[in-house]
Parts: sequence; structure tokens; C-alpha cells
Amino acid sequence: MSKNSFKVLRPGINTTFQDLGRDNFYHVGLPFSGAIDKRNFLIANSLITNKEDEAVLEFAYQGPLLEFSGSQTSIVITGNVNFKIIKKDTSEIKGECYRTYNLNNKDCLDIISTEKSVYGYLSVKGGFQINKFCNSYSTTVRAEVGPNDGKKIEIGQTIILNTVDASIKKSLEHLNSKIEFIRVIKGTNFDYFSEDSIKDFTSKDFVVSKLTDRMGMRLSGPKIKNLKKTNIKSEGLGKGVIQVPADGDPIVMLSDHGTIGGYPKIAVVISADYDKLAQCPPGEKIKFKIISLTEAENLYKIYTMETKNIINKIR
Amino acid sequence: MIKNIYNLGDAALYCDFGDTVNKETNLKVINYFNNIREKNITGIKNIAPSYNKLIIYFDLELTNFKKIKDIVQNLDISTFEATKTKAVKIPVCFDDEFALDLERVEKKAGITKKEIVNQFISQKYFCYMTGFIAGMPFLGDIKKKIRLDRLETPRVKVPKGSVGITEQFCNIYTFESPGGWNIIGNSPKKVFTKNSNKLTLIDSGDEVEFFEISKKEYSKFYEQK
Repeated sequence: MSKNSFKVLRPGINTTFQDLGRDNFYHVGLPFSGAIDKRNFLIANSLITNKEDEAVLEFAYQGPLLEFSGSQTSIVITGNVNFKIIKKDTSEIKGECYRTYNLNNKDCLDIISTEKSVYGYLSVKGGFQINKFCNSYSTTVRAEVGPNDGKKIEIGQTIILNTVDASIKKSLEHLNSKIEFIRVIKGTNFDYFSEDSIKDFTSKDFVVSKLTDRMGMRLSGPKIKNLKKTNIKSEGLGKGVIQVPADGDPIVMLSDHGTIGGYPKIAVVISADYDKLAQCPPGEKIKFKIISLTEAENLYKIYTMETKNIINKIR
Repeated sequence: MIKNIYNLGDAALYCDFGDTVNKETNLKVINYFNNIREKNITGIKNIAPSYNKLIIYFDLELTNFKKIKDIVQNLDISTFEATKTKAVKIPVCFDDEFALDLERVEKKAGITKKEIVNQFISQKYFCYMTGFIAGMPFLGDIKKKIRLDRLETPRVKVPKGSVGITEQFCNIYTFESPGGWNIIGNSPKKVFTKNSNKLTLIDSGDEVEFFEISKKEYSKFYEQK
């Protein structure tokens, strides 16, 4: 009996293998990478009863069209995703997120698009037959490292699955929380910016621009005016750091960001709000709110507790 | 040694070693980096050294800013081991095909291409840090005669292997990338590898020397895709 596999009939726009990220390599220029939306990644693996850090396929905007070959497997999709399953006899099942489905030989999974969001996750029972690079299944396309030779998945390729047989039946009522503010902590160059600009930064809308990918998110809105200097000595960056270059449009660093940068840091998105921000598609309006470190630490505790509570509701 | 410690967001410690960028300050940063790494402190996920800063990322589920700050502040630096470094030699071809900005440098510096190349290869460089893109070394300090600002409009794509200069620094583009440095040549040497035991050819603290190769030799040296 041959192994269970997917044939990629359409790869989608940016479909990569990801896990919880790769630690310990900032000093050589490799960012964490990993699933951008940690909560949806964890829920996907919990629903399909995988290990917490099993690799998944992350897709953005348009997802892949995959043809399954083999005996049977179980899959789940998390996020806000429009997808369908096309059975071998061409009948179609409209897909619901946070609900497992079984796939049989020659069934197709058509992940059409993410809705009012950017990233979605496909987890398969038992995971994929792929190799770790430096202890992680995460892909960093720009450095060509990770499973699949560090590349996005491509049309025509075959993805081998780990488990030969599976039949899982789980689901979850999941409500996506609505965002009101993206909460931030003052950055290390906060005092470089004019009082008016700080006021704008914390009261006006910023729009997510089309120049947004796994590396970073460019925002447009009121120009942020720098009073001191528009370049600093190059130094480390991190997920959620908001830099402001000379043109005054902020850039938020996302999971595949360059590890060193020389623009002043106005603020840093708190860990609890990172998923929510990264899921905002181009055109969406966001508002920032400055909070203290202690508040941010407490909010992260709440965030992890909420994730656990959601996972506990899986039936 | 560390002048100030701040928080960078809620999951990172930002250690400032002072405003000056020189070898002495940078060696302190590298020393802290190596020693913190060796100590395997619970909760630390990543450390990013740069010219005069050290950013330490931690797992907010396991620890927090105050705890990591206390640990870093109380490190016994008298027992720090000196950083082990190595010497690396890098071939560079300065042919017009690769030297995209040599003419610009010629104009700004007011010396001939040959002189620029001679100035560039006549000394050893110190590696301050690696990063931005995987394995990219930030080397210095280049001779005063050939120092100049970044391009006014950065290139959308700098070819892989490009050797660039700006201000007191030089670097090697380990991957095709956007960038604003003045490109004076290209190296066929693989500076970032996928060998997980040894990802980078040049590490912080290393000594780097460049030597000139012809276009013919370049093809022979070529190891990059």
C-alpha cells in the first residue's frame, strides 16, 4: 500500500510548512518564522489530536487545491477560511472551519480563500513527512531554509503524509474576537517623534497597505514626524516592533522579518495582540493604544488562558 | 559594561552598551552574547547582538522582563571566557559586470577604480555582527578615502554575492535582497550554508580579508546557485 499523499494542483499564493518557530538563530540572521497566528496553529493541531508543535500548512489569501491519494486521512482547517471538499464522485461539501473532515482516495481539498483575514492553517492527522531544519519545521523563504528546501509549495509536487490511516471526529464553536485596538508598548526611540505625531499615532486610524507579507506590514495614515534622526545604528529587531523610516509610514515587523534594522522604533505590539494584528488584511483600519509593560504581561496571561479554554471546549 | 537595560516590547530585553560603534564596544557585546548563550538560561529563546546593543528575547510563558533583567545584571563577568575568533579569506571579483556602483564611488571619492580596489583589499576587517538577511556579515572599518553614504534610492534587488560598502562598513549580500549599499564587486564564496552544524562562514568577532580574483577564476570558485 502506498503512502498517503497530497498532489498540489494549485499551490496558493504563499503556502508554507510552519510550526511554533525556530529559536536561537537571530545572531546568524534567521528570524523565528513559524505560524504567524499562534492561536489558530495550536487549535488546528489540538482538533486533529496531533502533538502541539506538529507542522501544518499555512496559507495566505488564496490557499492550495490538493488531491488526496491513499486510504483515508483526517484534516482540519482553522482561521476564517472559505473551502470545500470535492469528493471523488464530484459531489461537493462546503467546508466549515474548526471541524474535522475525513478524506478518501481521490478526494480534493479546495482552499479557496481566507475571509476578512490573511492566514489560515491546514493540519493533517499525524503531520507531514518532512525534515526539520535546526530543530524546526518552520520555513523561512527568504533564506531558503526549512522543509521543502525552504520554498513555498509548488504546483505538481507531492506532499507525503505521516499517518497511513485516520478517522477523527472533532469540532469547536469558535468565535473570532473583534479587535478594537492594537495595544503597544512604547519603543526604545519613542522620544524621537514629535508630540503631534505621538498624538496621531495613538488616536488616528492607520490602514494596512498592500506592501504586507510574512516579513512585515506597511501602514499608511498620518505621517509620523521624526524630530531627532531618521536612522539609528543598525540593531536587532523583533516580532511586533514598529519602525518608522524617513517617509513617516510605520512598518510592523512580522515573523520573517530581517533581523537587523536601522530605523527608529516607535512602539512594539504586545504579544497578546500580535495574532490579531497580523491577520488584518490590506485595507483594514487599525488603531493603536499605548499600555504599560505590566498590563501587557497580564494580557498575555489572559491570552494563553483563553487559548487553553478554547482548546478545552473541543468535542 | 552594560550602560542601560530597557524592555523592547513585553518579551525582550534591550541592553545598551553605549553610543559609540567601535571594536572595543562590540567585543563586549559579543562576549556577553557568547556567555549568555553558554549559560542556557531558562526562558531565553534568542539573542541578537549588534554593534553596541544586545537584544535578548524570552518566552513570556516561562519568564518575564524583570527576571531576565536580574539574571543579566548579575552575571559574573569576571569569569567570562574570551571570545574565540577565526580568520577568513574571501575572493572578490571587481569586474564591471559585478561592480554596479564602482563608478559612483570613483566619482565621489575622486580616485580611480584600481585605487579603490587596492584600498579595499589592503587591510583586514573585523566582523561586528551578522544578520538582516541570513549570514550577512557587517564588517569594518574601511579606509576613510572610500567611505560614502548609501544610495539615495535603494535597489529593489541586489544580486546574491554582492560586496557592498557604506560609511565605515562593508558587507556581503548572502541572498538576493533589497539594499542600498554601494556595490563594488561580487564573491562566489558561499557565506551562508544549509549545514545546520555550521550555518555561517563569518561570525561576529572574526577577522576577514578580501582578495581579488579575475572573472575566469570567479567561475571556478563559484559555489552558489
